[in-house]
Amino acid sequence: METILVSLGSGLLQAFEPLNLFMIFAGCLAGLFVGCMPGLGSVNGVAILLPVTFLVPPTAAIIFLAALYYGAMYGGAISSITLGIPGASTAVATVFDGRPMAQAGKADQALMAAAIASFIGGTVSIILFTLFAPPLAAFALKFGPQEEFALMLLAFATFVGLGGDDIPKTIFSILLGLVLAAVGFDIISGQPRMIFFDMVEFQRGIGFLVLAIGVYGVGEMLWTLESTAGKVQMHSVKITVSRMKQNLLQVKEYINSTWVGSVLGFFVGTLPAAGATPASLMSYGLSKTFSKDPDSFGKGNVSGVAAPEAANNAASTGSMLPMITLGIPGSPTTAILLGGMIIWGLRPGPLLFTESPDFVWGLIGSMYVANFATVILNIALIPVFIRVLAMPFTLLTPIIFTLCVLGVFATTDRMFDTWIMLIIGVAAYLLRKLNYPVAPAVLAIVLGPLAERSMRQSLISSQGDPMTFLERPISLVCILIAVALVSYPMVAKFLKRNKAVEAAE
Amino acid sequence: MKLWKTLTMSAAALAVMTPAAMAEWQPRKPVEFIIMAGTGGGADQIARLLQGLIEKHDLSPRPFIPINKPGGSGAEALRYLQDKAGDDHTVMMTLNSFYTTPIIQEDLGVDVTQFTPIGLMAMDTFLLWVNSDRDDITDLDSYVSTVKEAGLDWKVGGTGSGQEDSVLTAMMEAAFDYEVTYIPFPGGGTVAKNLVGNQIDSTVNNPAEQMEFWRAGNTKPLVQFTAERMPAFPDVPTAKELDVDIEYYMQRSVNGPPGMSPEAVEWYTNLFQTLFDSEEWQEFCKSDGLTCETMMKGEELAEFHATQKDAHVALIEQVGADAITGE
Repeated sequence: METILVSLGSGLLQAFEPLNLFMIFAGCLAGLFVGCMPGLGSVNGVAILLPVTFLVPPTAAIIFLAALYYGAMYGGAISSITLGIPGASTAVATVFDGRPMAQAGKADQALMAAAIASFIGGTVSIILFTLFAPPLAAFALKFGPQEEFALMLLAFATFVGLGGDDIPKTIFSILLGLVLAAVGFDIISGQPRMIFFDMVEFQRGIGFLVLAIGVYGVGEMLWTLESTAGKVQMHSVKITVSRMKQNLLQVKEYINSTWVGSVLGFFVGTLPAAGATPASLMSYGLSKTFSKDPDSFGKGNVSGVAAPEAANNAASTGSMLPMITLGIPGSPTTAILLGGMIIWGLRPGPLLFTESPDFVWGLIGSMYVANFATVILNIALIPVFIRVLAMPFTLLTPIIFTLCVLGVFATTDRMFDTWIMLIIGVAAYLLRKLNYPVAPAVLAIVLGPLAERSMRQSLISSQGDPMTFLERPISLVCILIAVALVSYPMVAKFLKRNKAVEAAE
Repeated sequence: MKLWKTLTMSAAALAVMTPAAMAEWQPRKPVEFIIMAGTGGGADQIARLLQGLIEKHDLSPRPFIPINKPGGSGAEALRYLQDKAGDDHTVMMTLNSFYTTPIIQEDLGVDVTQFTPIGLMAMDTFLLWVNSDRDDITDLDSYVSTVKEAGLDWKVGGTGSGQEDSVLTAMMEAAFDYEVTYIPFPGGGTVAKNLVGNQIDSTVNNPAEQMEFWRAGNTKPLVQFTAERMPAFPDVPTAKELDVDIEYYMQRSVNGPPGMSPEAVEWYTNLFQTLFDSEEWQEFCKSDGLTCETMMKGEELAEFHATQKDAHVALIEQVGADAITGE
């Protein structure tokens, strides 16, 4: 404990060196920018700005890139809330409630909640990181395919709560997502499968961002156009000091979701191969399941913004853990950071903590400071972001549409995906008219491939025996919780109905 | 007469211009640097190191963006490169699945000899690894007897059916007359992690993938599949020393899509030659047990690919495609 505090102290001192402090602010600002541009995420930002970091010492370099990573986590929330287009895959869950809040004239509240939740998520996560890095790394190693599958099952269980009350329609939506996720190459045998109309373009599969932008960008735009006949004027809000203060005090409403999201996000982030996107989706699902008022989720509940934002920031810190202790990146962005570390002459792995303590503790120290930097920058910039909503909808619609097309093309570089995105957008609009929830489909396409791979690996290793999932303790616990989660809303509903019947009698 | 003069003049001008114009080709937009394997594996580490070196030494006016396409033992990446025919802004870091995957998946419609060879950066090696907790396994003999006893309960981790490690695993099955359960993971790094966590029993990782765990005392190598002992592993016997006739290497070459323009090929070849000669690359080769003496390129590399492809067809026939795909 004492050694940890001494090391942390020296790390913090490093973070406050003028060059490093400058790097933190520059990184956060750059991250905010790439994060809020649809199609540009933290991966692109880190890849593009990697060369800049060769001009400074390694510690300053990783501090810059790590700050950029957090900044992007928050930046994704900005376009999710103000435009309804997820700026990055990690911010998809933020759209669910962030967008309705903006439409109701509460964009400033949503942005404030996102900033505070991100701050708490990041801070909780870095404290856990500081105290428990080595034991957590050992715990992550206990996660074999069986445990990974059980965890995915747990995530799917939270979906059932996501779709509102109509469980059959939710399951339909999940299955639709799973089918789309299966398009491409079989992950074990490598054979092409689900190639619609034998078009070779489908061999590359349907990207998650293509689907998310289609559903939330185009689908949402069509829906708004229809329901308002183009006459809507977004409610813009006047920012005053007292309103900001009031927004700040609203934290009580979503603090529970934020704690849960922070811990969950950190934990999911530390598992290699999971990352911030599944973490934010799971956090949203859990927060909804245990909410006193689950019906208000998806219609502008502030906890629905806080939960995924806390989780994605926590996960971004968490995913540094396997990178530093095992040399295995927990997310695509940390994979690029890993490349950077190799260039700087550092070899990430179990020995990094003892061989390069200055580097590791400098990074940890900077994460504390970077969290403060992001929250300050974000709260200060809320009035600027809000201005977007002052535009008339007739002007905003073409801008959103352009950003959707641009965002998809920029990510995949294929016109084919742009067409798929448009088709999915129209399909999502029709599904919504028929009262099908679309969020579960989006979640299924993220988690489907992860769940499929781990399930098949487990079954290969047990030679086809499904009991393998119940024989291992961690996996068993996850599966039991999943079963409880699925039955909980049904039981609650049943009890409610019974009460209502009793009352009527 | 005047017309003739103009014609000869312009022809002369053209003759002077062309080589200059050729030399001047350089990327006009970010270059996609495709990796046909997952993150944390050998190919990934190498590609990311090269990308970093390109940035560090400012060797390209546009950035190289590494993109992992591990799907279907590299099938996803091969198909992607095939579809990019004629594109001058995509190059791919390859490994032996470059040969094996199209052989095993006939309907993929990819012929790697059509691709544009750029440069062979290194030849990589394989070792057999187990977790250091396994006190019962100290050498190849005790390994083989333990595996025989365990039978199908013995789990070997690898990066996918048809990948080089599955070929090597099949070669070992044939040589020692045992059968194991092969579990595919999305990359060499994940395989290494699962060996350390005891989720699998053994692997045939490249040195780069296990180096840090080995240094930390988590895993141990039993045998190396090289002609001679590598300087990085002086105490580990080669299979040949133990009278087991298995020698297998992995090529790590950079290739472009079919029909790349000659100007672009020249530029990329020069780029990778510079990288190959760099101090950092040679240092990496030394510490990770890679062989990097001269960079094979152009025609020579094309011939190398053709021979390797034939060798793998023979090899797969010998051990049987079923042994590799586990069917």
